[in-house]
Amino acid sequence: MANVILNFNVNGEDKQLMIEDRDSLADVLRNQVHLTSVKKGCEVGECGACTVLINGEAFDSCIYLAIWAEGKEIRTIESLMDNEGNISDIQQSFIDEGAVQCGFCTCGVVMASIPVLEDNKEFTTDEIRKKLSGNFCRCTGYENILNAVEKTKKHRCKNSKL
Amino acid sequence: MYDVGKIYIATSTQDAIEHLVAEPNAVIIAGGSDVLIKIHHGKLSGATLVSIQGLDELRGVKLQDDGKIKIGAVTSFSHITKNPIIQKYIPVLGEAVDQIGGPQVRNIGTIGGNVSNGVTSADSSSTLFALGAQLEITGPSGIRVIPISEYYVGVGKVCLKNGELLTAIYITKENYEGFTGHYIKYAMRNAMDIATLGCSVSCKLSVQKDVVEDVHVAFGVASPTPMRCPKAEEAIKGMKISEEMFDIFGALTKAEVNPRSSWRAPKEFRLQLVEELSKRALKEAIRKSGGVING
Repeated sequence: MANVILNFNVNGEDKQLMIEDRDSLADVLRNQVHLTSVKKGCEVGECGACTVLINGEAFDSCIYLAIWAEGKEIRTIESLMDNEGNISDIQQSFIDEGAVQCGFCTCGVVMASIPVLEDNKEFTTDEIRKKLSGNFCRCTGYENILNAVEKTKKHRCKNSKL
Repeated sequence: MYDVGKIYIATSTQDAIEHLVAEPNAVIIAGGSDVLIKIHHGKLSGATLVSIQGLDELRGVKLQDDGKIKIGAVTSFSHITKNPIIQKYIPVLGEAVDQIGGPQVRNIGTIGGNVSNGVTSADSSSTLFALGAQLEITGPSGIRVIPISEYYVGVGKVCLKNGELLTAIYITKENYEGFTGHYIKYAMRNAMDIATLGCSVSCKLSVQKDVVEDVHVAFGVASPTPMRCPKAEEAIKGMKISEEMFDIFGALTKAEVNPRSSWRAPKEFRLQLVEELSKRALKEAIRKSGGVING
């Protein structure tokens, strides 16, 4: 156990923090960066509630040592907000499709969907389902979540072709 | 916060070895999707960790001049699946590791960790057995290369001596050229589950595509460690593709394995899975080679 300095970029902002080397990234993001959208559910990398993007890939931040984030770019759902504080298309789509019930899993699911939405390639429903298969939701039954992601993906693909 | 003692962040393979020699009880951590969970469950309490997560020298897939494919031990599953060399020469490995856990786990989990965790259910292991993988182990006295079958010495145990770590996995040309493979994971869910049984078949057909010239079959969870079935392989080598051949193959694999009963499934069910999945995986591997299966 030791205190170490962590330099990383969170949601576009460079940060330097004093952390404990045995902290998980989820703990550092919640307790020191105050990004409580990063939920701690199972804490063993099964439920996906703590999903964040690290250099563009989705990770369970509960089973990621914070010290590994040195020099890396972290994105949480707060990064999706625009300059005026508005929510993004994917978040609006979750609301429209009724994909949010208790909301505990939502931030993680939305972050898991970002690699799908920001990839230029098209995805089949099954491929999207697979990309979201590391996130548990105990309320919605998943269908509305899938609809929300698929709808946003289609919308973005259409817009990029215009 | 994890209940660990000291954590060393290795700066090179050599640095990792020096730390491992200095701390004989230290645990190597690569992706952490096994180690951190053990710590969370109270095992390994207070352990010293040597992290090799940051060692980019152990990442990536290369096709060497001698035709061998070298997979760095710290390469993540998702990077293996996406890799063009894997997709071109050994797609079965990319497909197998794409069935592990979920996307987040596949981004952090490493192939070296999957093998070194020593469990029979590792989705990469049965395919690596079928591909006759060779493992490069680096330690204080240098590098040694051993067949994957010699790596597993018991349940959860691999033959790493003090100061050693798995640095690379090699697939030789004679084990992939002309071969096609198929992996079947039998589990209760499509994601976030551990295999009840895993079966990987790699086969090579004759020029006319009607005779099985060579075949490798390996299983996970069919014995305490992943295993090949050499008798079943020998029995159908040189045979014409027929229903009879598949029946012989299924029956002989079933006779060679040694599964146990667990809360996931009883032994009898696993035996039935071995017989059935070995046939299905062989059929699929043959189809991928362009072979025709009647009926």
